[in-house]
Amino acid sequence: MKILTANRLADGEAVWFSANGGWIDSIGGAEIARDKEEEARLDAVGKAGLLDNDVVDAELVEVELNDGEIVPVRLRERIRAAGPTNRTDLGKQARPGQLAEAA
Amino acid sequence: MYRYDEFDHGFVKSRVAEFRDQVERRLAGEITEDQFRPLRLMNGVYLQLHAYMLRVAIPYGTLSSRQLRMLGHIARTYDKGYGHFTTRQNIQFNWPTLSDVPAILADLASVEMHAIQTSGNCIRNVTADHFAGAAADEVADPRPYAEILRQWSSLHPEFSYLPRKFKIAVTGATRDRAAIKTHDIGLHLRKNERGELGFAVYVGGGQGRTPMIAKKIRDFLPEEHLLSYATAIMRVYNLHGRRDNKYKARLKILVHETGAEAFGRQVEAEWQALRDSELRLPESDIRTIDAYFAPPVLPDRPGGDEAVRLARLDSRRFAEWLDQNVTTHRNPDYAAVTISLKGIGEAPGDASDSPMEAIADLAQKLAFDEIRVSHEQNLVLPHVARADLKAVHDGLVEIGLATPNANLITDIIACPGLDYCALANARSIGVAQSLSRRFGSLERQKDIGELKLKISGCINACGHHHVGHIGILGVEKKGAELYQVMLGGSADEDTSLGEVLGRGFGPDEITDAVETIVETYLRIRLDRGEKFIDAYRRVGAEPFKEALYAGEFRAA
Ligand code: SF4
Repeated sequence: MKILTANRLADGEAVWFSANGGWIDSIGGAEIARDKEEEARLDAVGKAGLLDNDVVDAELVEVELNDGEIVPVRLRERIRAAGPTNRTDLGKQARPGQLAEAA
Repeated sequence: MYRYDEFDHGFVKSRVAEFRDQVERRLAGEITEDQFRPLRLMNGVYLQLHAYMLRVAIPYGTLSSRQLRMLGHIARTYDKGYGHFTTRQNIQFNWPTLSDVPAILADLASVEMHAIQTSGNCIRNVTADHFAGAAADEVADPRPYAEILRQWSSLHPEFSYLPRKFKIAVTGATRDRAAIKTHDIGLHLRKNERGELGFAVYVGGGQGRTPMIAKKIRDFLPEEHLLSYATAIMRVYNLHGRRDNKYKARLKILVHETGAEAFGRQVEAEWQALRDSELRLPESDIRTIDAYFAPPVLPDRPGGDEAVRLARLDSRRFAEWLDQNVTTHRNPDYAAVTISLKGIGEAPGDASDSPMEAIADLAQKLAFDEIRVSHEQNLVLPHVARADLKAVHDGLVEIGLATPNANLITDIIACPGLDYCALANARSIGVAQSLSRRFGSLERQKDIGELKLKISGCINACGHHHVGHIGILGVEKKGAELYQVMLGGSADEDTSLGEVLGRGFGPDEITDAVETIVETYLRIRLDRGEKFIDAYRRVGAEPFKEALYAGEFRAA
């Protein structure tokens, strides 16, 4: 399973491509590609995002579902989704209604 | 301190305007990311995990209080209230938006700072001994030469697209506090028999994937030849340095593959054609730059010793700080103070906005307006009257920055690692924090004595793990963090590279592993006077391996 992630051009914020279309700044609502075809489609969305200058560094990352919640396989991506593990007062994890334990 | 002249002001201002325009065009979609990336990197803007990162140059680690106050202002206004001082004597801001960067650069320019050449394959910020101009063991202040190199290397057209990045460090002291042998060029300022100033020149040092200790190619280079000789080195490198393979492109590889002697001969041959060119520095030019670095007029302050003696009796906390964070100054009435950015359990090198401003105030009032950034990620007040030490200490206590741990095991170097860095494989900060807490007791730290613990979150070695007495390298193995431990590295005048001990340790094992190493040292040392590094050099890795891996199967 893969999701599409990138950083927003204007502020560098980590974002994901949403199941409702558009880039969102929390991983929870990311659209999941479950087969090669869906991956290819998301990949194309990422490329378009670059061309439209909405985002930079778009890439597909591997995820798993844990009790219905999207959890990236790599720690790097879990930290991107939450914020620095030594500063839980910063980043997405600090926002109301967000809980994301990176490590 | 160096002050911008009209040319410098004009130049930096026009660079800010140029970058402002580039950012606007990028945000308007007029230029692509591929076109923009090299432009932003030339201005110190990286993209990290959570946001953009702006790396600001602090030439030879010297700041005025006005500049430090501005860094505090930037942290508060455009960032999340803090900055990170790096092993390159720079500061990084972790959260600026791209659209704010031009305004940040304009603020920096107003205090004669910028972010140029903090990235890219060019000559980076020239670093220097953080006690320069104050150290008792120094023949002369190395910073005028660092400044000359800075001016020469700034936007030097011939050296803006080198095979790879290029780092120069300078010291003027017997004790090498600038780690010169881990740089592409290391310069040791010294005097010859006739009392003239010049440099021992070392080349080809570096860390990263292939660590190398720099080799001496010249014992004494008269000061007027600094630029002609440096140009000769750069030309040989530019010509023969490998551009086909990023991992083999640093000068260290060229020096290693050519052999230091042969490389030295090539440099000397190149230099013959340059030594009497316009690159030869006129005495008057050197002295003009020197004048910028004239030490502050330090009035006699007798009575400092008595004041310190009394304050010591009065406050144990002050006495502990005095023993650890205060260094001998060339003027007996004065001292250099290390402000530890390594509070127990805190992220090494991070400093918040208000403390930065408070330090700036202290420097202005009690330390002749000067602050230094050390490559060990601390700040330094280089000139404090001994009679004022108590006042400085109390000021630091107020802002929570009087941790008395300089050079002790909790004075850890750690890079940002996987909590911020896009290149990282593992976290460094959390490991540093855990170790700091484990060894938090000052009594225990003092018993252990001088111990340099250095942590990097990937092979790029920004956390200097190769030259830590204990070095820790974070790697990723099967999707998890794993920490390799190496022992015996050192970054001083006896530079050595650490040796990997054996299998790595998981995040929840690494603190125990380091403790085992430290306990082993305490057991085997001859007496309290034998430092960790000396004990290691005496006995080698065996007892440590035995303690760590005893009972485990070990392949030869
Ligand atoms: S050593 Fe690696 S992880 Fe650490 S700051 Fe450097 S590049 Fe990033």
